This record gives sequence, structure tokens and C-alpha cells, in this order.
Amino acid sequence: MKPKVAFFDFASCEGCQLQVVNLEESVIDLIGIVDVVSFREAMKEHSDDYDIAIIEGSIARPMDEERLKAIRSRAKILIAFGACACIGGVNALRNQFPIDEVKKRVYGDADIKNNPYFDVFPIKSVDEVVKVDYYIRGCPIDRGEFAKVVTSLALGKKPEIPNYPICVECKKKENICVFEEGKFCLGPVARAGCGAVCPTSRCGCEGCRGLLDDPNTDSELEVLQKHGLTLEDALSRFNMFWYKAGVRK
Amino acid sequence: MSQDLKIDLEHITRIEGHGSIVLDAKNGKVVSAQWRVPEAPRFFEAMVVGRSYNELPHITSRICGICSISHTLTSLKAVENAMGVDISDQTLLLRKLAHHAETIQSHILHVGYLIAPDLFGVGSVFPLVNTHKDAVVKIVKLHRLGNEMSDLLCGRTTHPVSMAVGGFTKIPTEKELTEVKARLQGAVKPANEVIGIVLANAGKLPGFTRETEYIGLTSDEEYALYDGVIGSTDTGRHKLEDYLSITNEFVVPHSTAKWTKHNRDSYMVGALARYNLNSRKLTPLAKEVAGKFGLKAPCFNPFMNNVAQLVEFAYVLEDSIQIIDELLDDGLKEEKVEVKVKAGRGIGAIEAPRGVLFHDYTIDERGKCVKANCIIPTNQNHGNIQKDIEALAPTLLDKSKSEIELNLEMLVRAYDPCVSCSTHYLKVKFV
Repeated sequence: MKPKVAFFDFASCEGCQLQVVNLEESVIDLIGIVDVVSFREAMKEHSDDYDIAIIEGSIARPMDEERLKAIRSRAKILIAFGACACIGGVNALRNQFPIDEVKKRVYGDADIKNNPYFDVFPIKSVDEVVKVDYYIRGCPIDRGEFAKVVTSLALGKKPEIPNYPICVECKKKENICVFEEGKFCLGPVARAGCGAVCPTSRCGCEGCRGLLDDPNTDSELEVLQKHGLTLEDALSRFNMFWYKAGVRK
Repeated sequence: MSQDLKIDLEHITRIEGHGSIVLDAKNGKVVSAQWRVPEAPRFFEAMVVGRSYNELPHITSRICGICSISHTLTSLKAVENAMGVDISDQTLLLRKLAHHAETIQSHILHVGYLIAPDLFGVGSVFPLVNTHKDAVVKIVKLHRLGNEMSDLLCGRTTHPVSMAVGGFTKIPTEKELTEVKARLQGAVKPANEVIGIVLANAGKLPGFTRETEYIGLTSDEEYALYDGVIGSTDTGRHKLEDYLSITNEFVVPHSTAKWTKHNRDSYMVGALARYNLNSRKLTPLAKEVAGKFGLKAPCFNPFMNNVAQLVEFAYVLEDSIQIIDELLDDGLKEEKVEVKVKAGRGIGAIEAPRGVLFHDYTIDERGKCVKANCIIPTNQNHGNIQKDIEALAPTLLDKSKSEIELNLEMLVRAYDPCVSCSTHYLKVKFV
């Protein structure tokens, strides 16, 4: 029996779901091993009977929390899909400001009090609300990795998710280290799996897949400061995609 | 159909983001028809405060997964205008090519994956894999071409890496560009075949019309996509600096996305608006496609936005080939990018696939953003979607409930809305 898969999106750009479409011809192979029963961005049909729930986006409001809990109660396996779901993503940048200030900056003096659509709390990742079984990381996710995880689950296997730094993948590609060009990179402490896509384009890693399980952040901070960043700037480098975790000052 | 009807189309499918239509009819008359946007708001204008100028394109790119290249380019333009940074001719051409890559990807995604199922009477593209395999394979190949061009020019399909303030951190090789050119040339035939399939089924697009104002960039130089001044079919040309008095954003209680209006209750942006403003500047192949569908400016049928996207698809294929020829004639060179931080305010504008997009930043002497404003194409279309629903719904009441739902959903889809963007921040509700 093919496992039934459903996609759900919360606060996000939906760019991770787009990566599924971007598998191009391989999508046709994937739908040979799983049944997609809900994928609002691409199909009209919807069913509440599913085995695997794939959650994109971060959680912003009580109404979204309730929806997520209902999805969890129906799913055997729940996957956090992309940086917003896994670690808060860029959405969490607003957590550094008080909610009222954030609302005022965007909606001005409009009357949005007592309106549930606008009833936001500080951004949460999916695992701050419900239990997450697997994480597919990145902003956006790597579509090859997505296909691998889904294939493993369809075969009843446990998918392997990397827990080594970007530097490992970057070295394999024989890239010149971007530090040598005077740029800044989180490669030494950031989780791999993307194939070091940013350093390969001569940009420093911004850590969209989050930190390693046991990162040496103190030494990374030292390296960043050695390359001319102030402590404030170095810390801000760490929080583009996971503000809630922050880094100890 | 009975005289009383309640429709609640919650979370319209095959659009980007969450939108709903709620319709209430009594005694054969529409009592209320409302377009709602319940998407969780994301507050990008607050998120970028305090961030460095070179991070702004990377953060605001995340407003949208489908048009992340347009957001990146608009953000770069705004930063460069604020700090007085010039770019080279080569950078300009490479950026235009990246922008075209996105238009190819986005337009074929919309017409091929999201609209085609309505023309064939199915719920998604998946059943078409079995019934119309040949057409689906062509659509997938064209989509892949747009994405692989984006990969090559931006370092990644979605959320560009290599486009930076002042230039590129990495550029493609001449060999890679030559290969892309050959693929673009090879894409003209399958594109025409896909266009032919849509043409054969274009009778399914409703003949509804409602006169409105169309706004987009316009230029004497070319069919305005990357650059231009603001054009309106009602009021003529306006300076970019005046964008706030064109868009006039406002908040409605049933939508976390802001709405806009200008000369009338609402206006439309996107491919049809661009066509209505700038069709004279199109290339021969694109004009030929418009002719096949009988598309003539001004066209007041929002469903023809899908057709205008196909016309533009043909245009960007042709123009991309021309841009690559120019780049290869001049020869590609590695350029050193040096940027001097300067305080100032800058506005950037571009034609994203779904319409005109504005970013406006104020940057301090340390290169940090102190204020930001982003006005998104879909925000500018919400008011027009509402007005179209109000005009279309009463004409549908003699149809079955499912036909009414389908027509309303198709109307919303025709706009190719990007709700995540507009709530930077779809679904029909019959209540």
C-alpha cells in the first residue's frame, strides 16, 4: 500500500513546495511510490486521511496552532519542511521586536484589534507546537534531499540527515574558501546537506539549515571577529534564519 | 439553481497562498460577495530593520518562492539607488536574463500546471500525465529550462545567491551561455505547440469583461519588464518616486494583505496590464501569439491574463536569445565589485511576473536599513479581484453550484495571485 502524503503551508513563501514541483520529471516517479492526497498549491482535491504530513512555514497565530495540532493528530509521521518550519526562518527576525511595534510598522493605525487574522504571537518553529518526526532543512529545501527522504519513508526506512558542517561539502567541491576573499561564512558551524550552494557561488553560508547539533560557536565568533566583523555584526550573522535560538553574547 | 445560495470556498486551490471567496445570494440576487485573505501576516518591513544593506536582497527574496528573483532585483535596485551604486552593462544584461528566466518559470508554471487543469476539466496536472502525456512533458521541459537558467545565473533556482549589490559574485561562462541560447532556440517549437493546445481549449475561458484601470511599468526603449516609469491606462505616465500616490495602500478587516486603489475603486497589474500598456513594443513572435488568440489592447477580460502570459512567454524567449547574443559579442569578463556605504533613501521597481513591484529603503551611514516599504503585485490586484467577483457573481446565478464555484475559482486563478507575497504576507467561501 502506498503511503498517503499531504502538504500543508503556514507562514512562508511556499518556495519549498515549489521545489517539489521543481523536481520536474522526477515528480512523476515520486507519485508512483506515494499517493499525494493534499497539495493545495497544485491540486484541487483534498483528503484528511493521510499517513505523512509535510509542514511548510512557521507558526504565527493561535488559529494556526490549532490547525497544526489537528494535522498532527491525523498524521502517523510529521515532517518539518524548510527553514521556516524547522527553525523559524527569516520570519523569526521579527521576534527581536515587541509585537505591537511590529504591527504598527506594517499596518500603521489601522484597526486590527480583536481580529483573529492579525492576532500574532512571536514566531514559532513547528516543534515548538507539536512533535516533529523528521526535518528537511534549508531555505529553500534541497529537492534531491526531499526525494531521498520521501523514498526512504515509503520503503519503511529511517532517512539520513547530515550532521556535519558545510565546510565538508565545500572542500569536496574544491572551492576556494570564501574567507580567503575577505567574505564571511558560517560554513564551519552550519549543517550541511545543500552541497555548499552559497560558497560555491562565492557567497558566505548564511546558515539556513541551522547549526550542527554541537557547534563550536565560540570559535566561529572568534573567526568572524578576526575577519573584521564587530561582535554585533557577527552575532547578527548567526540569526538570519533562527532568531529564537540566538547566540549567547 | 435555487434562489438562495451560500457558497464558502475556503482556501482556493492551485494558487500561491490562502484566499477564500464567500458568496451569499437570496431570492436570486447576490447579497454579498467577498474576497478574503486569511494568510498569516509576516511583517517583512519590520524584519529588515537593523539589517545590513547586503543582506536586504537575501531577506526580502524570501517574501516569495515563485518570484524570488524579482524581489532580489528590486531590492538590489533600491539599495543601489539609496547608496548611489552604479552597475556595469554586463551586470545589467545578466540581471535582465535572470529576470527573464523567472518569467519563463513562473508563466509556464501558472498556465501549464495551475490553469490547464481547468481547461481539461480535471483537479490537477497529475491526471494529465496519463491523458495528455506529450503536452505535460513539453510543459515540464519548458519549466525546467526556466529553472536551469535561474540556477546558472543566480546560483540557485529559488532565492538567488550570486546577485549582489553592485554586481555578481559569480558569472556564467561563455560556453554555458551558448548552451542556454541553443536550448532557448529549441524551446520555440514546443512553446508554440503548448500555446496551440491552450488555443484549442481557449473557449473554456469565460467571456466576462469589466472595464478597469491597468497599471505597470512602461518605457520608450522596450517592452518594460526590468525598467521603466509607472504607466496607467487612465492617467498616463508617473515618476517612480510618486509610487505611494499611485498605490494608496489601505487595510480591510477580512484580509491580512493590504489593498490599493488609484483612479477608480481598483486597478489591475500583471501580464494583461503590461499588454494593455505596452503591446506595441513586443517582438514579432509574441505579436503572432497575441494575434492567434485575438488579443487586442485594451482588453478588459481578466481571464485573458492567462493569454497575455503566453504572449510574454514568447517575448522573453526571443529577448533572452538577443541578450545572450549581446553578452557573447561583448565577451564576458570577471568584474570587481566595490561598494561604498552611503546613507540615503532609494526606490526600486520591476515588473515581477504578477505585476509591478516596489521596494523602498532608507539606509543609514553604517549601511543598516532603518525603514522599508514593499508593495507587492498581488496586493494591488486584491481590490480588482473583489470588484470582478461583484460583477461576475450575479451573471452566474442560473448555473449549478459547482459551476458557480468553478467560475469564481477560475477568476481568482486568472490573476495568478501570490498571497504569501501580498501578506508578505487562496480558497472560495459560499456562506
